[in-house]
Amino acid sequence: MKRALTKKYDFGELKKEPIDESSIPKAIKGKMKYVGIELEKGSGNYVQIDHSRIYQFVSEYLRSLGVIVTSTTEAYEKFTWAKEYFWKALRVNQDFYTSLTHSYWRHGYFIYVPPNVKVTQPIQACFFVASKGVAQPVHNVVIVDEGGELNLVTGCATMSNEGLHVGVSEFYVKRKAKLTFTMIHGWAPEFEVRPRTSVIVEEGGTYVSYYVNLYPVSHLDMCPTTYLHKLAKGYMTSILLGKKRSFMDIGSRIEFLGRDSRGEIVSRSIVRDQARVIMRGHLIGRAEKTRGHLECRSLLLSQRASVTTIPQLESYVEGSELTHEAAIGRISEDQLYYLMAKGFTEEEAVSLIVRGFIEVGLVHLPPQVRASLRGVLRIVEKLARG
Amino acid sequence: MSYSSGEVILTSKALLRVRDLWVKVENTLVLKGVNLTIGEGEVHTLLGPNASGKSSLLMTIMGVPKFKVIKGEILYGGVNITKLPPHERAKMGIALAFQNPPRVNVKLRHLINRLKAMYPQDKFTVNYLNVRYLFDRELYHGFSGGEAKKVELYVTMLQSPKLALLDEPDSGIDVESLMSIANFINKFIESGMSMLIVTHLGSVLKQLNKIDVAHVMFGGRIIYSSKSPLSLLKLIYESGYSGLVKLVGDSIEEGLN
Repeated sequence: MKRALTKKYDFGELKKEPIDESSIPKAIKGKMKYVGIELEKGSGNYVQIDHSRIYQFVSEYLRSLGVIVTSTTEAYEKFTWAKEYFWKALRVNQDFYTSLTHSYWRHGYFIYVPPNVKVTQPIQACFFVASKGVAQPVHNVVIVDEGGELNLVTGCATMSNEGLHVGVSEFYVKRKAKLTFTMIHGWAPEFEVRPRTSVIVEEGGTYVSYYVNLYPVSHLDMCPTTYLHKLAKGYMTSILLGKKRSFMDIGSRIEFLGRDSRGEIVSRSIVRDQARVIMRGHLIGRAEKTRGHLECRSLLLSQRASVTTIPQLESYVEGSELTHEAAIGRISEDQLYYLMAKGFTEEEAVSLIVRGFIEVGLVHLPPQVRASLRGVLRIVEKLARG
Repeated sequence: MSYSSGEVILTSKALLRVRDLWVKVENTLVLKGVNLTIGEGEVHTLLGPNASGKSSLLMTIMGVPKFKVIKGEILYGGVNITKLPPHERAKMGIALAFQNPPRVNVKLRHLINRLKAMYPQDKFTVNYLNVRYLFDRELYHGFSGGEAKKVELYVTMLQSPKLALLDEPDSGIDVESLMSIANFINKFIESGMSMLIVTHLGSVLKQLNKIDVAHVMFGGRIIYSSKSPLSLLKLIYESGYSGLVKLVGDSIEEGLN
């Protein structure tokens, strides 16, 4: 199976090398900060370096409430009830990369929040590739039980210029539970990244996801899917920075399975250099009285880059209201002149506009998470200017 | 007394001097030799039919790059600003309230905070003109006509300008908004700000506490100036702009050839 890959990667072995926080090198911690991960700030942490070096931590307080933060391999072994949650939201043979992860599983995070427990100070998870040419196929499972709440902040970074990361993630948001999930990607120009995510939101639950891509990648394709049951809500925001020679095919999908569910997908991209970006949005209505909206906007800032937006609305039932808007353009001259007339230099005006363009979706996130994301957005703004 | 051009000499010091200004936008000549002088603390108004060059004149004084000066000059406070970029003119104290501001990808609150940090905030805080409820919206996205006018006027005055260029602050709004806008402008007139106000049908003029000079633009130039703005307005209402043009007569015919 590995032979089907375009490059030769090092898959290592499945073993666990637990490490503690102090043994994580400063250089790695520095890169982690760029993608929003500061270990002192997490109420729980999961850090995985390459295949097997894993640092996991959960605060005394959360542990006493029954919150679990560990690796999926450990959870699968220790908790029989956990097995129910593996490969249920996604199929093993969904595509080549899900099958690959099933065969070459190298850990991933497992997080469980018991009923009615609220984890407000975020739990953090970070995947880091430190060695050259590593393949990091991970399987992540998150369960927020009935009435529970979890803020999960994740970041991915690397010290190696090349590698492969496949993240198969299954999130289960049970009745009236809430999960906010942020993911900041800071990979590298020769990296291949293939996330495969499925989220099931049960009756009355809420799922909010916020994704930012910061650095150039060789190839990144993903289309996380959220399944909404009755009265459930889903908000998916993506902020993409396409630079250098990146190829990115990034989508979001919401499937309305239960009546009275609501969902919104917002994607904004800034594309320059020779990057090629495909932005997909897909809404599927299968129940009555459902409402979904999809917005895809892109600022294309160079002659040799390209952007394709593919908004898709599908409905199988009367009474599912689905709408979309998509736009690709430059920063309009009129906007620039207006701001310059107010006293801003052209550079300042561009900054203001870029900043305004990427500041979406924050309203759905709790204040603690919003604050750290503002720092990430400042980085996006700086990098967007070339 | 009336004059046939914008050169009305009042007793105060000249703040703005526009001399024989010819301006092109793309390939169209929009200003054909405009002369105008505004003294410190004076309020001038610009009347005229559509496409007579009123907005173009304001945009050119502000320095919006689309408007290319092909002849003539603009002096502000004695300094030749004809080649200065707009942000430098703004820093010198000129501010423009756009007639049709574009949608901008910036939250209104964010723009306000930046402006407050960039310009000295005056002794009295600028009245919000009841637009606070719009602060978290993206600027001009889905604003009604009245909302856009008030917001634009508000952000312009946050610049604490010495010379305020107001492009039709009174078009497309209801009577109540007109009153609050007029009161808002009057406060600044009281404080001694110089202004050049383009008005739509003169609605706001009757509410302003002071208007020193009214100019009429036609075909890209100022054809008539008067120190009795309200009588001029009455004349225009009665005979239309064509009536006024007939009155000014020969000088126009010459200019157009």
